[in-house]
Amino acid sequence: MNLQRLWTRGAIYLVLTAFAAFYLMPFYVMVITGLKPYTDVNVTRMWELPRGLYFEGFIGAWQRVSPNFWNSIVITVPAALISSMIGSVNGYIFAKWRFPGADTLFILFLVGMFLPYQGILIPLVLTLQAFGLYGTVPGLILVHCIFGIPITALLFRGYYAGIPNELLDAGKIDGCGFFGIYRYILLPISMPAFAVVLLWQFTSIWNDFLIGLVVLSSPRLAPVNVAVQNIAGSWSVEWNVQMAAALIAALPTVVVYLLLGRLFMRGLLAGALKG
Amino acid sequence: MRNLAHKSVTVQGERGLAASPAVSTTKSRKRPRWLQGDMLIAILVLLPSILAVALFIYTFIGWTFYISTVRWNSQVPDYTFVGLRNWIRLFSDHRFHIDLRNLVYYAVGFMGQCIIFGFILASLLDTKIKGETLFRTIFILPFAVSGIVTGVAWRWLMQPSTGINLIFAQLGFENFQPTWNSHPQYGMWAVTIAAAWQFTGYIMALYLAALRGIPQELKEAAAIDGAGTWATYRYVIIPLLMPVTFTAIVLTGMNSIRVFDILNTMGGSGPAFATDTLAFFMYQSTFGAYRYSLGATISSFMILLSAFLIIPYLRSMRGEVER
Repeated sequence: MNLQRLWTRGAIYLVLTAFAAFYLMPFYVMVITGLKPYTDVNVTRMWELPRGLYFEGFIGAWQRVSPNFWNSIVITVPAALISSMIGSVNGYIFAKWRFPGADTLFILFLVGMFLPYQGILIPLVLTLQAFGLYGTVPGLILVHCIFGIPITALLFRGYYAGIPNELLDAGKIDGCGFFGIYRYILLPISMPAFAVVLLWQFTSIWNDFLIGLVVLSSPRLAPVNVAVQNIAGSWSVEWNVQMAAALIAALPTVVVYLLLGRLFMRGLLAGALKG
Repeated sequence: MRNLAHKSVTVQGERGLAASPAVSTTKSRKRPRWLQGDMLIAILVLLPSILAVALFIYTFIGWTFYISTVRWNSQVPDYTFVGLRNWIRLFSDHRFHIDLRNLVYYAVGFMGQCIIFGFILASLLDTKIKGETLFRTIFILPFAVSGIVTGVAWRWLMQPSTGINLIFAQLGFENFQPTWNSHPQYGMWAVTIAAAWQFTGYIMALYLAALRGIPQELKEAAAIDGAGTWATYRYVIIPLLMPVTFTAIVLTGMNSIRVFDILNTMGGSGPAFATDTLAFFMYQSTFGAYRYSLGATISSFMILLSAFLIIPYLRSMRGEVER
């Protein structure tokens, strides 16, 4: 029995390690290729470690994508902050001020979470053009904020629903109104939810490609993922630079994930509604 | 609480919110009307979001469908009504047929890998093993990177002359050198490997959370009844996980309909449209060829496809939403 148990354990670890190797493989290839000088990027020695640490790939990549990297920060940080604040208030209303039809309205909001963006791209472009926001950073921030309304409302609603109504009633007895309850009762205990939502919004806005491509495609203003695609799309760019550029684009979300993995998980589960 | 009450009364005074009787707690009988007032405020605060969703989601969907019925196939807007002509043209388009085939390939490959491997990994992680956090972190890590980054890495890995093929060659399979995503017929399957690499961790996380929610007694009860590990899974665990599987099907299905990012870096439409998708067709028709009505028709078709997944899903949600 014990021996069989040992075998089973061993097999489980073996399978898990094999999968772990598979999931890390692309990262390994990106890192080692990015750290090689161009002359060493060779199809026959692709898997070999670099002879030393050569940063020319990263320097070349940074020169190409650094303006876009900063643009992505200028887009992502305000968009994540604003959409989280909107989501917090909306979630509060959907959880605690359930006017007639609120639940139906909430479901109608959620449709926006699952809709393929292709379905609204053409009117989106036409509308942004009409308001002079097409091709501008504020325009893209606005779009991300609006498309963040469903998911942020969902996440905050779930969080606020777990807060007992008695607490709110106590606030009402003490004379709090709509804003008072939010400001003095819910907001002070909302930080865990804000962390999850901010993280979720930061990751998805940073990793967005389609909306950035359509709304802000000018090479200088485009978000970093669009810039990486432009580099990868032009076959003239060296592989080591491509890999380094991809790593630079991945760095913020990967670092945030590694540091705040638990919050990230919570967002993942809540985002699927059934977590 | 006293402090709180003091502050909030001040706030109310400042903003002039509630009708004055509310402040006095002795007149609690009047609270329902007072609530009406705040309920109105709640709706007013929500109103901008309602309008934004109404415009950016619902009006735009309607607008897209409308454009699919007009003759706008150049840079100059032309709202001449042509009925279903764009739809008929789309349904007889060769590229559209290939895209539908590719959608089936992609959906089967992507959904299958994500759900099967996601379930297996979650089950293995749920066996109280050491290093669970490390394994879990590694499995979910790809979900933190974008489709573009995924595509860049996998294009390099799937180069016919190097990458994975190099490993095959070194293992002695010199004759097994697939062309991966540049295969003119089955390129799509290769793309699903890269896409599933990125997404499986997410599905695994869903399954893992659900497995944690199954009471230990239930598993033990099955064991006492003489059920082995397989039987326990077959008759107890897998049926209990059906709601998660449904969620996983919807999420991966939605992803299959709109796949776009990863293909951009992995060679675009590929040879003979082997890795073309509806999203790609839509993008090129609209923003490349300025055939807005054709693009809008593809978009509308994508919305209809998604509706088959979104509507049952949201319907199943209703019970949970209306707690």
